[in-house]
Amino acid sequence: MKLQSRHLLGLEGVSADEISLILDTAVSFREIIERPIKKVPTLRGITVLNLFYEPSTRTKISFELAEKRLSADTITFTKAMSSVKKGETLKDTVRNIEAMKINMVVVRHGSSGVPYFLTQCMDSNIINAGDGSHEHPTQALLDMFTIRQKYGKLKGLRVVLIGDVKHSRVVRSNIWGLKTMGCSVAVCGPSTLQPYEVEKFGVDVYTDLDEALDGADVVNIMRIQLERQQSGFLATQREYTNLFGVTAERLKLLNKNFTIMHPGPMNRGVEITPEVADGKSSVVLEQVTNGQAVRMAVLYLLSGKREEEE
Amino acid sequence: MPKDKIETVLDKKGINRAITRISHEILERNNGAESLVIIGILTRGADIAKRIASKIKEIEGVDIPVGLMDINLYRDDVHQKLDQPIIQRTEIHFDVVDRNLILVDDVLYTGRTIRAALDQIVDFGRPRSIQLAVIIDRGHRELPIRPDYVGKNIPTSKDDRVMVKLSERDEDDSVLIEKSGLKADDTTPAKIKDKVKKTKAKPKKRKGGKTK
Repeated sequence: MKLQSRHLLGLEGVSADEISLILDTAVSFREIIERPIKKVPTLRGITVLNLFYEPSTRTKISFELAEKRLSADTITFTKAMSSVKKGETLKDTVRNIEAMKINMVVVRHGSSGVPYFLTQCMDSNIINAGDGSHEHPTQALLDMFTIRQKYGKLKGLRVVLIGDVKHSRVVRSNIWGLKTMGCSVAVCGPSTLQPYEVEKFGVDVYTDLDEALDGADVVNIMRIQLERQQSGFLATQREYTNLFGVTAERLKLLNKNFTIMHPGPMNRGVEITPEVADGKSSVVLEQVTNGQAVRMAVLYLLSGKREEEE
Repeated sequence: MPKDKIETVLDKKGINRAITRISHEILERNNGAESLVIIGILTRGADIAKRIASKIKEIEGVDIPVGLMDINLYRDDVHQKLDQPIIQRTEIHFDVVDRNLILVDDVLYTGRTIRAALDQIVDFGRPRSIQLAVIIDRGHRELPIRPDYVGKNIPTSKDDRVMVKLSERDEDDSVLIEKSGLKADDTTPAKIKDKVKKTKAKPKKRKGGKTK
């Protein structure tokens, strides 16, 4: 069993066997995080560039730590501190950095398709750490890892994704991954934040939160991007909270042994109440820990593919 | 091409006797079982480690901690292969500091696996000593490593295959050797001839002549 591609651009088109391979490998790496010396020499000699054009706390630190725990050399590029301000293009920027002999690139960018663009102008392995409203594959992988860790399986579980379905790359990656792994997936949010023909993803679509929560096992709550409010997608923040905010009262609709997830950063009191966020069914911090193991697994599995086969 | 011959080197009783003798030798050398921990290298080394531990329990009545170890992350050829080996779980739920650690594997060959295992153990702590136990030593070392306890030494050529079968995951216990049936001198030119043919058949392939 091996990964088909030498890049991870998204979960669309990634097979169930490949996802299982990543998740199984991550189980082994999860153990390394608990060791007294949290480091293995596997990626010695490999240099990884973390290319972050958008702000990030969790994903950036998680990737950096994953790389360091595998003994890779890492450099982190943030837009604000670079020559991008002087007008250097993305292509020139990455080609110049690659000229300093790097092997892998982890990229976060506000525009969809940037990771694919990099595969066309670089030789490095490219890992997508979130591009525009396209995909955020490692987030969906760590969500699936966390679900599987709790239930021992993915198949047959009912997962509801709540929030801005239209703009959320986390939702999109989760839909592709969860569908591939045999989950029953529902999305829920205001109709202005649902993409056109969203049902073509093969998901159940709700605009009523109570209906969506009924009989669900896992609730994955997306951050409502407050900046969207200005663009007219939401009437008021308070209306969103009233209609789509997940409260303790609403959790009664869920199946027993339910799970609350959130990719962060949370707007407490907007899409999730503090009571739910810190409740005993919340695995928000477990998601963060698992993220490291999943990213180690992805880095490890892709690092073997140094050149294109045939 | 001559047919490969398969010979049995050790049968079920033979393996059992070897494990019994190794267990006694371990106890003798370490003055009992109190200071001992055992770590087996996945997958069959781990099975043998468990057997040695239960044999020692039989003899001395002491439970010694048993750990399992996957050494793939510490290999020296990780980036030379195109596909990464599957990583299994390392389970060492005890402290190795200041213990006499018995490292167990099924076959000792180049010594590279043991080198990786030694590096990994040191990341878990500093044992008082590390001793190596193997069922088969087939020679051809590429590193300065030697076993402390050996089930059986068998002379092999580099083209032979040694297979350790254990009832935990195979049909029955046995150690088999598949003789290549060719002397090293006969094989080399034949292999090269094959390669040449392949490259000629597909002249467009640039990397066709790559040798392992």
